[in-house]
Amino acid sequence: MTTTTLRPPVRQPGHRADRPSRGHRAAALWKASPLTWVGLVLGVILSLFPFYWMIVIASRTNDAANSWPPPFLPGGKLGENIERVLANGDANVLKGLMNSFLVSGTITVATVFFGSLAGFAFAKLRFKGKNALLLIILASMMVPIQLGVLPLYILMAKLEWLNTMPSVTVPFLIGGFGIFMMRQYAEQAVPNELIEAARVDGCSTWRIYWHVVAPALRPAAAVLGLLTFMEQWNQFFWPFVVLADPANPTVQISLRSLNTAYFADNSQIFAGTLIATLPLFVIFVLFGRQIIGGIMEGAVKS
Amino acid sequence: MSLDLHADAPPDGRRPRSTRAESRRRLSLTRADLKYSPYLYVLPFFVLFAIFGAYPIAYTVWIALTDRSPLNPTISFVGLDNFVELLTNDPQFWNAVVNTFGMFAMSTVPQLLIALMLANALNRRLPAQTFFRMAIAMPIITSTAVVALIFSMIYAREFGLVNWALDLVGIDPIDWRANRFASWFAISTMVDWRWIGYNALIYLAAMQSISKDMYEAASLDGASRRRQFWSITVPQLRPTIIFTLIISTIGGLQLFTEPLLFTSGAGGISGGSEGQFQTITMYLLDVMNTRFRWGYAGAVALVLFLLIAFMSVVNYLLARRISSDK
Repeated sequence: MTTTTLRPPVRQPGHRADRPSRGHRAAALWKASPLTWVGLVLGVILSLFPFYWMIVIASRTNDAANSWPPPFLPGGKLGENIERVLANGDANVLKGLMNSFLVSGTITVATVFFGSLAGFAFAKLRFKGKNALLLIILASMMVPIQLGVLPLYILMAKLEWLNTMPSVTVPFLIGGFGIFMMRQYAEQAVPNELIEAARVDGCSTWRIYWHVVAPALRPAAAVLGLLTFMEQWNQFFWPFVVLADPANPTVQISLRSLNTAYFADNSQIFAGTLIATLPLFVIFVLFGRQIIGGIMEGAVKS
Repeated sequence: MSLDLHADAPPDGRRPRSTRAESRRRLSLTRADLKYSPYLYVLPFFVLFAIFGAYPIAYTVWIALTDRSPLNPTISFVGLDNFVELLTNDPQFWNAVVNTFGMFAMSTVPQLLIALMLANALNRRLPAQTFFRMAIAMPIITSTAVVALIFSMIYAREFGLVNWALDLVGIDPIDWRANRFASWFAISTMVDWRWIGYNALIYLAAMQSISKDMYEAASLDGASRRRQFWSITVPQLRPTIIFTLIISTIGGLQLFTEPLLFTSGAGGISGGSEGQFQTITMYLLDVMNTRFRWGYAGAVALVLFLLIAFMSVVNYLLARRISSDK
């Protein structure tokens, strides 16, 4: 069961060989025309404006946020608004932040570990039924979570996991995306000769994984980890279903609680969105290239 | 200290002697390792998938054939009654279907077209190209919940940014939640804002793998840049366009968070005063958690899934035809 927003395309094995490697990629043919520049600058402004607007409103009093004309410059109330959000007992934003770190972190570690193990098996080991099992994994990525939401909810109730973190963690510990991505990478990053040589030296399969394969998979593991963390941090649908009790939310669900107040306090809501976005913003600033590289790598098909 | 190139060999060249029985045991261990390790490594996925994926799906099929509800003391088998009611006698469901498809079409077409244009622009010789890529991609770090809340305020009836901009050019303010098409438009822009950059990056990656020779040959033949874009770039991107179309279809038909949070207050699940922006997924939760008709909700889930599968096939066939006409 997955609801990946970032899905891998179905790639043909061996496609990398037909592609020029990064170093040899030729420069673009044409210079950007003035019209192209206008489009690009407009695109950048539209992409970034909502982030700026988030800061503007989060740093204003609510009265100033709801004024005419709307404010366009940041004010000085950011710290105050953040304090108000964190003190808001209905939303439990602090609890939500901690829960989100815990849930997303656990899933990220598990996905990278199980994904690399299974990806290694599918790429480099021989076993009966391999192709059929891989097909099941691919098919599992196509199924939306809504299809099984009701029995899953009943199951969570029976396990007494409703309103607890295992309900949003355990089902997502490993998904098809992680396995598939690791398999694609392992196929070209780990030479068969290396594995055979390790076998001849008497290495067990586990030792081969740990000492030969895992180090080679590190770049892909980093990208998978980043994408998984982002995706899990931003989950909304399933947590909304199973974490109905506002006392124990993830951060996205506490945003919802901020919004359901009778009187919508926009500066507080925006301070909340800022808090919920900040961790990913930091990750993006630090690892933006890898994230973009991961999306672009994952997209190229033969 | 000398460099030890064979770290695995015992340091002083002395191998531990093994008896025959020991080596036989080791051999069979190795065999078991070769035979069973792969299954062990893929096992975690299949255990989780069986419990939290396959079982709920199979159970949904069963539930949909019953009148199960936490309010019913007994569960009875009702056959296809739920489906018959859903398809023939449930205007609210059809309202949700129309809304979902309306917003899906309204968001997907501009989303992919703009992404294609942006990718084409990013594929030029540019200074600071990393900056441009990162700026365009940045919306993907926000959650749909955050997007919905920010745009809710941008589309506020009073003091909203869009209405303020409309006022500047002399257009009367629009009540973005009350009017059906206005609400669809507002929600579509939320979806597009978050996903255009992502799709643009995917197109850019595919564009960079198109051979430059084709463009050079076309230039020599006197083809304009626009002509080259439509006659070389777009057809070459066909598999990628199909991929993004299918991803957008799966995402678009599951639309949930943006319309839910477009209404502040507790009544979000009904999608506006007259359900003008209630989607199928919202309706599913409405049936499940407010009306407690679990069997019926199972039927809604199955029909939603069939719609997604059907639309994916339609998109695939359409995209294949459009591009091969070129």
